[in-house]
Amino acid sequence: MTQDFIIADEFCASHHLEISFIHSLKDHGMIETIFVDQALCIHVEELPRLEQIVRLHHDLDINLEGIEVINDLLQRIEEMQDEIARLKKRLDLFEDVPRR
Amino acid sequence: MEFKDYYQILGIDKNASEDEIKKAYRKLARKLHPDLNPNDKEAHKKFQEINEANEVLSDPEKRKKYDKYGKDWQHAEQFEQARQSQQHRGGFSESFSGDFEQGDFSEFFNSMFGGTGGGKTRRETRFRGEDYHAQLQLNLADVFKSHQQVLTVNGKNIRITIPAGVEDGQRIRVKEHGGAGINGGPNGDLYIEFHIVNNTKFKRDGKDLYANADIDLYTAVLGGEITTDTFDGKVKLKIQPGTQNGAKIRLKGKGFPVYKQESEFGDLIITLNVNIPTDLTEKQKELFEQLSKL
Repeated sequence: MTQDFIIADEFCASHHLEISFIHSLKDHGMIETIFVDQALCIHVEELPRLEQIVRLHHDLDINLEGIEVINDLLQRIEEMQDEIARLKKRLDLFEDVPRR
Repeated sequence: MEFKDYYQILGIDKNASEDEIKKAYRKLARKLHPDLNPNDKEAHKKFQEINEANEVLSDPEKRKKYDKYGKDWQHAEQFEQARQSQQHRGGFSESFSGDFEQGDFSEFFNSMFGGTGGGKTRRETRFRGEDYHAQLQLNLADVFKSHQQVLTVNGKNIRITIPAGVEDGQRIRVKEHGGAGINGGPNGDLYIEFHIVNNTKFKRDGKDLYANADIDLYTAVLGGEITTDTFDGKVKLKIQPGTQNGAKIRLKGKGFPVYKQESEFGDLIITLNVNIPTDLTEKQKELFEQLSKL
């Protein structure tokens, strides 16, 4: 089970972060954390999003509220792009089906 | 090699203060950052350019050298050597660190700053490397079952598992197989987008497949049995008497595998096309006429 989680302290050490940063993200509802064997952990599936948050915060000095807005908008863009791709594929169904 | 006007890249005046450089860089970085422009190669390229411009202009030593030689950058090293030999030891000597990845910057930058030794300057900002985006073309039949494939990306072999049921346009992330990080930053990720080519007679919509099957008029009217293709074999279909042209039959579990859901399959929907006989014999014609009068 533990292989699906990353220990928050280790993540913070490798990214030069204070553990309080993770607590703030959790307080803002931006990530989920869990205790595994008494260690604060992050689910591995949260990692890409968490790394993106760290990059935006570090590279661009964007505060957590700003990152929240950006994440929301990026997610909407991604959903719309997926929707367009799905609709394009469905349109294909109305074209002639190759016959035997 | 093309001359790079770093001031123009950052949109600032040649007399810009350190604060103005920083502000201009921050403003552009917020606009062009790869995380805010996924799949936008042009934005990624511009981001590298502003990084390079900032690397030079935010460092007083590098800016001095850049300002001094400007368009004559090609002769900068010769000028430096001539000057040093004139001034003997202890004269003007600039040293630039190899603190950044030379491969991340332009040929112009490397020719001007990359060849000199020393370790004087230190960049404050560590940037994650660029994400690479690759496309992998597969046939629909290739993704009917999970399989492993070895890909060569930038000279490195990467073995990936392609799960059954991958969708056209779906992306997977291979962590840290992208571009090298800048200033010790982590490597970017490799994103592989699947392009699924469908050269079968089946249409795919997610986990469901669609196909057509022909039946003759007599089977449509009287009912019967036909054999039709599914994606992995043939099945017998019972045709009800009085089947209409365009009627659909749903074959549960005969569709496409569901992505990462082992042993789960969508449905196959077959549309029946009733073939109306055209070249009737005299006898057939007579019988149809009799039927029409009943």
